[in-house]
Formats: sequence, C-alpha cells, structure tokens
Amino acid sequence: MLRIDRRMIEHFDWITFGVVILICIVGILTIYSATRPPLDEGEHPPFYVKQLLWLIIATIALIIFVSFDYAKLRDFWLIFYIFGIILLVIVLFTGKTAMGAKRWINLGFFSFQPSEIFKIIFIISISAFLENKKSPLSTKDVLKTLLIFGIIPFLLILKQPDLGTALLIFLLTFVMIIYKGLPIRLLLLLLSVGVISIIFLWEILWEGLKEYQKNRLIAFIDPHIDPKGIGYNIMQSVISVGSGGFFGKGFLEGTQGPLKFLPERHTDFIFPIFAEEWGFLGCLILLGLYYLIFLRCFETSMVAKDNFGKLISVGFTSIFLIYFFINIGMTIGIMPVVGIPLPFMSYGGTTLLANFIGIALVINVRMRRFELFYP
Amino acid sequence: MNVNRVFVVVVFIIFSILILRLWQLQVINYEKYRKLSEQNRIRIVKIPAPRGIIYDRNGIPLVENISSFSVSVSADYADKVDKALLSKILNIPYEEMEKKLKRKPESIYLPIRIKEDITFKEIAMLEARKNELPGIIIDIEMRRHYPLGAATAHLVGYLGKITEEQVTKNPVYQKLPSYFMVGQTGLERLFDEKLIGTPGEKIIEVDALGRELRLIKETPPSKGEDIYLSIDALLQEAVYQAFEGHSGAFVAIKPDTGEVLALFSAPSFDPNMFIEGVSGEYWRELTTNPQNPLLNRAIQGLYAPGSTFKVITALAGLEEKVITPERILTNCSGGISFGTWTFGCWKKEGHGPVDLKRALAESCDVYFYELGKILGIKKIKKYATLLGLGSPTGFFSDEKAGLVPDEEWKKTTKKIGWFLGDTFNTSIGQGFLKVTPIQMANVMATMVNGGIKYTPQILRGKSIDKQDLNFDPKNLAVINEALNAVVNEPQGTAAQARSFMIKFGGKTGTVQVVSKKTKEKLTRRINIEHHAWFIGFAPVDNPEIAFALIIEHGGSGGGVAAPVAKNILEGYLIKKRQLNVKN
Repeated sequence: MLRIDRRMIEHFDWITFGVVILICIVGILTIYSATRPPLDEGEHPPFYVKQLLWLIIATIALIIFVSFDYAKLRDFWLIFYIFGIILLVIVLFTGKTAMGAKRWINLGFFSFQPSEIFKIIFIISISAFLENKKSPLSTKDVLKTLLIFGIIPFLLILKQPDLGTALLIFLLTFVMIIYKGLPIRLLLLLLSVGVISIIFLWEILWEGLKEYQKNRLIAFIDPHIDPKGIGYNIMQSVISVGSGGFFGKGFLEGTQGPLKFLPERHTDFIFPIFAEEWGFLGCLILLGLYYLIFLRCFETSMVAKDNFGKLISVGFTSIFLIYFFINIGMTIGIMPVVGIPLPFMSYGGTTLLANFIGIALVINVRMRRFELFYP
Repeated sequence: MNVNRVFVVVVFIIFSILILRLWQLQVINYEKYRKLSEQNRIRIVKIPAPRGIIYDRNGIPLVENISSFSVSVSADYADKVDKALLSKILNIPYEEMEKKLKRKPESIYLPIRIKEDITFKEIAMLEARKNELPGIIIDIEMRRHYPLGAATAHLVGYLGKITEEQVTKNPVYQKLPSYFMVGQTGLERLFDEKLIGTPGEKIIEVDALGRELRLIKETPPSKGEDIYLSIDALLQEAVYQAFEGHSGAFVAIKPDTGEVLALFSAPSFDPNMFIEGVSGEYWRELTTNPQNPLLNRAIQGLYAPGSTFKVITALAGLEEKVITPERILTNCSGGISFGTWTFGCWKKEGHGPVDLKRALAESCDVYFYELGKILGIKKIKKYATLLGLGSPTGFFSDEKAGLVPDEEWKKTTKKIGWFLGDTFNTSIGQGFLKVTPIQMANVMATMVNGGIKYTPQILRGKSIDKQDLNFDPKNLAVINEALNAVVNEPQGTAAQARSFMIKFGGKTGTVQVVSKKTKEKLTRRINIEHHAWFIGFAPVDNPEIAFALIIEHGGSGGGVAAPVAKNILEGYLIKKRQLNVKN
C-alpha cells in the first residue's frame, strides 16, 4: 500500500514534478484560449475543465507509480509485454474506427488507445530485456531485440494504421540498442540496410500509405500547393506562430484559434496558439521548461543505481524528446504533419495519464538511486 | 564515443533548430505573418453604388434602379438544407436544386445563389418557414430596369460582369471585385465611369467558415451621376412601333444643334433579360439568329446609300457650278450606252427631258450619270467626304467608318483601274460606296441647317463640335425644294407617303442587294430583296428633325421606307398630343 515516508518526500524529484505541473497549467490556459468562442459570446466548450480533471487523475497515478520500487517491475516484464501485444491484436479486431483507423478500445464507460499503454509497457519490457545483456551487444542480441521489440509491434501498429506510433516504436528500439552499445560495423550495416531498403521499398511504402498520409507528405514539401486543402494546416499553423512576433498578441488576444482558422487547435496544434499569444519570448521560456525536464530525466539515467533504471529513464526521456520535437517541428513547418500531441500541453486524457506514468517511473528511479535507500 | 555526450549534442541540436526557426518566423518574418493573419480574419466587401439614372431630353427615365430580392444558401449549409422544401417554395425542380447546391461558388466564403428576382409571395413563404430552413439568406439588390425595353436596347445598352479586357484596359475596373456589374454596350458602357459612382466598403471580421462576426468599419457608397440625353423617348417609341416586322435602323438628329433625337436598330432585344447575366437560352437565341439582333445597325450597319446619295451629287454639281438648277442636262430615254455597256435608268421608259428638281424628285439615274461624268470621281468624293461620309461621325466609339471610293483606293485594293462606269455607279449611290445610317442622318441635318456639320451629340445641349461647310444657301434651298417635291408633289418617288399631319421632305433610295443576273441564278434561301432607304426632314419650312432610315430587304425606298418614315413622324405627333392632354 501507499506508504508516506519522510524520506520519500525528501528524495522525491520536486523540480521535475513542478516543471511538469507548470507546463500542464500553461497547457490548460492555452486550451482555454484556443477553444473560447469568438467575440466571447456563446458557450465555452469545457475542454479546459476536463483537462484539469485529468491532471488531477494523472497526478494521483503519478503518486501511485512513485510509491513502489521500480525494480519490482522487471520480474513481470514478459507478462506485461505479452499483455501489451495482445492489446494491440485486440484493437485490430474489436477496435473503434475513427477517421479510417482502428486505434481505440471501448470499454463501455471509457475508451482508450492501447498504443499509449503499450508505450509504457514497451519501455519497461525492453529495459528489463536489455538490462543484463553484455555491453556492447552481440549481433545475436541486437537482432533478437530488433525482432521482438522492433518489428512485431511495428507491424501490428502499422496495421491500425498508425504510422506515427509505429515509427516511434521502431525508433525507440533503435535508440535503446544504441544506448546499450553495439559493434560499429553492425551499426553501419544496419544503417545501410535501412537506407537501401527505403530506396527500394519507397514505391511500395508510398502505395501503402493512406491518401491523407500522402497528402500530408506532399503538403509538407510544399504547403503552398493548395492553401485551402492539404497544406492548410501547415500554412495556418505557421501564420499563427509568425504573427505572434517577439512579445506575442497577449493572452486571449490570439485570433487564429477562436476564429477556427487553425484546425486541431487544442490537441496537436496547441503550440501555435501558445506561440501566437506569448510570442518568441514566451516560446523561449516554454522551451526552457521542456529543456529542464529533458535534462533532469537524462541526468536520472546517469545517476540511476542499476541498468534497468538507466534504460527506463533513457526510454522515457527519448519518447518525450521525440514527441516534443516532431510536434513543435510540424507546427512550425519543418516536419511533416503526423498527428502526435505535445507532451503535457495537448488536450487528451489517456495521453496525459500515460505521460505522467512515464514521468513517475523516471522520478521513481531517481528517488531510489542510492543503494541503501529501500534495500 | 560516450553515449551520454551524444544525447546532450542531440538535445542541443534539436533546441537550436527550433529556436532558430522560431526566430525566423516570429522575429524576421513577423510582418509578413501578421499581415497574413489579418487577411485571414478581415474581409473587405465592396458595396456597389446605385448607378446613375439615364433620362431623355424631357426627363423621362430610360433606365432606373429597382430593388430586387434573391435567395442564397450559406456555404456551410449547402448539404444540410431541406432541398425538397426549398424546391417546392421556389418552384425549381429538385434535381436542378441539387445541382445548384453542389456547384462551388467563386469563393468558399460566398453563399450559393439559388434564385434571383424572387416574388413577394416567395419571400413571405420563406420567411414563414424560416425555422425549417436554416442557412437561407435573402438579399436585396439594386438592379437595372429599362422601361422602354427593346425600343432603346442598342442605344442604352446593358450591364454584365467585368470582362478581362475591361480590367486590363481600364484602371477604374481594376479596383472593383469581379462580381460587379458594369456597362457592356451602348450608353451604359460609354458613360460607365460617371454612372458607376463610388462603391462603398464594409470591413468585417469573419471566422474560418466565412461567417460575419462583426462590422469593423463601413463606408457607404455614393450614387453615380445622372445623365440627361438628347434622345426623345416618345420618338424612340414611335420608331420602335413603326419598325414592327422590319429589320433596319433609324437615326434622327436635331439639325440646329446636332443632338441625336432617336437611334434605333431592328431587330432588337429585351435588355431586361440581361440584368443578372443572360439566361442561356435567350443568349443562344440572340447569337444564333441570322439577323444578328445584337448588332447596332444605326452606327455599325454598312450599306450602299443608293439614290439618297444623289443629294450629294446634286450639291456637288451646284457648288462646282457645272450645272444650274434650270439646265436640262439630259433627255432620259431609260438608259445610256457607254461602249459595250449599257447603264439603265430605274424607269425603263425614260423620264424625258429633266432638270435638277425633276431629277431629284423622280430620281432620274441618267441625269446623275451625266452629272457624274462632268464632275469626275474626285469632286464627288470631295463633297461626300466634306459631308462626313467615309469616316465615323465621332458620336460613338464603335462606329463604322464606311467607304467613299476613288481611283487610288481601287488601284490599291482591287488592283484594277477606275472606269467611267465606276463613276456612274458612285453618282447614283451604288458600287463601292458604304455608309452608316447615322452618317446619312447627319448629311440630311447638314443640308437643312444651312451647311453646318455638327458632330452628333447624345447629351442634351448644343453640340460644340461643328464645322461650317460654307455652301451657297441658294444651292441648299434648291435641293431642299426638290426634296419637298419628292414627297409632296404627285410625280415624287415618295408621293404615296405624303402626310397631312406634317409636311416632310426627303429622298428615297433603293439599293440592289444583288445584280439582276445573279438574282435569277440564286436559290430562294437568302433574302435578296432591295434595301429601302429614306432620308428626310420635317417640317419642310422650318426643319426640327433630320433623319435617315433603312429597311433591310424592304423593297423600294418610296414604297416601303418613306411610308415607315411617315408612320414614325405621325406616331410621334400623336404620342406628344396624348402626353400633353394627360398633363
């Protein structure tokens, strides 16, 4: 059960927690601004209230996930992993179809995206799997890891289809292998195989993409092709960011969001709303806060008492960093639009919960970094 | 290499990229994106100004603005609206309604126009069922109405959307949105810049769906200038009625001022059908009609003047002093021979001995062959040109020039020399001569006002552009007396058109469309009847009106054209009396 201990409060990573909460509050304020009705008439959609409730739920989850020793998780990794794979299979058969993709499992009272849960399971499992492997990894270990953690979930998630998450999982597997270390020749070989297969499989891959995915890629290369069609999101997003200027238009003074020029303004495109109202200065501060989180989480990986802890920290730090970079990158037109949220800011309950569990596990590792703490 | 250091470098690179890009967007290109975001939410809507009214010389409006109502569906309701109900109320077949709603408007923000000019009953029904029909917009617009309809169609013209050509040629149009209606023909086009007024402007804030959120600023439009014409609406109507069943043209000019009193071309069309873009069927009917109703024959129709030209040949003879009015120039025996050629007179049995007055009154061809021979083509051309033939009168921009031939012209275009026969043909208004009705009306005006050539003027008031041709008044009087005889003496070619209501004079003309030989060979498909001319003036003693009229394929000038002229003059007088009684 939950034991409140003086040492627990002392060693708890208040800095990371504080910064995360701060970003979440900024997020809720931005959601409030993004969804406000034009001219402040009519009803204000309650997204910001819902997000606040989810923040409370996520904080409770965070407390739960720091209260036990993370080391216990490694004993159950295989069960977790099999459970995760089963979830991915189930969603293919019974999943709710939304916008042409099966990504949700409906439990009647509540529906969730198994891939969000899978990401947590994935980090725990791969960390446990790689923990005791010799470093650098042998060729056999690299291939085994790639197969179990890379290719199998990649194919299952691709089938939903959710190209973004599938690529993320594959990328993460690779990051974890590199972190663990691998023979340099193998690295070069894998990289060249990757490059060659992309070149040769490009057409098959391109044909395999859904129409909207193709459009997004085309639009990314040239958003001016059709400003009212496929390039619209990117154009409007860039306009929002750019029109913020150095000091921003001011809180609740942005026009791109409430006048609905920017689609997905409280979820994937939350950053442009923030950038429009708070300007370059505000963006610098926000980026600074994220920088603090990444640094702190990464530092945890260096001070962790065991390999399992190191790998968990590196895994979650990488997820946050990749999401952060791709999301902001796409809103400012330097990355294709791949529909992934900005950690801690975008509206969405499951995602917030999953991210908080991730942060909780990293804090957990940091709290228990001293060998003598909780023997 | 240390993995930890790699991570730090990666994070550093990522943050550098993001910050540099944000710097580029928010600091370097700030102005550009600020403007784009303003353009997103600010929409400037131009409001057309009420156009100026065009009045006739007595203040009767030839075109007015009336309000009209139209129904549109806002773009975001195009799929949702109750099409069945709407098609029932507006009496439009369901399929057509579906087609209309599917059609994309010019801008995704503009509502889709469903029906124009709806009735008050339809408005009432739409209003009554407002709750069942969300997204329905009823607009009030000013539209043009031409009370005289086809009677003034060519003169007043009509409106249409701004064309590409107009935009490139006229900077005024470059500032107007493409849906504006501007003058396309006639006076609507000629005076468009005055009539159009200054459009107003509405600056509104809109959301991404184009919904108007609030009005930021409004500048009301200011009405266009009114225009007062020299035209007499009553005469215009009388002309229209007299032309019933004929095609041709009529132009009347006030001799002492050069003001155009009437200008009409037949067949005509109803300009009220053109108001919001022509309906497809009516336009097709007009453009495929072999009679070409859209052509303004009064200024663009080119015809040989026929015997009406004899007035000019006669004046040339008198002015050049090669004849005297009393001189019996010839003894007409029905034709003259010239080498192997024979030039016939229209009267085969001949006129006998003729002087100038008889030659004009009875239109003796042989007299004018002889006179032409004496004068030579150069002198004939001199007087024809002096009186304004061969070049536009300067009244309208798209007038035709016509043609007065001479030796040089024939050598360069036909590559053969000038024959005496060509001079003969020109003397009686046949051959290569080409004139427009307005030119002939102006010739007539000059002949009866003492020899002053005005540039015909469409606005009320005396024409300032004039030229005294310094003809001997005695010569003009001789000719006018002969023209009086044409109508008012029993042997005159237009004797049957003599009016007891008004004494008018003039000259008939009958133009061969094809030669007699060709005529026999032709199949009956095309109309090869002669064109009938009459140029005249009234009243004879103190002319207040000079006119020219042509009836295409009408037959003879005396038999057809002159009676129509009589009907016009009498019809006008009757209308005037009726109006006076009413007042």
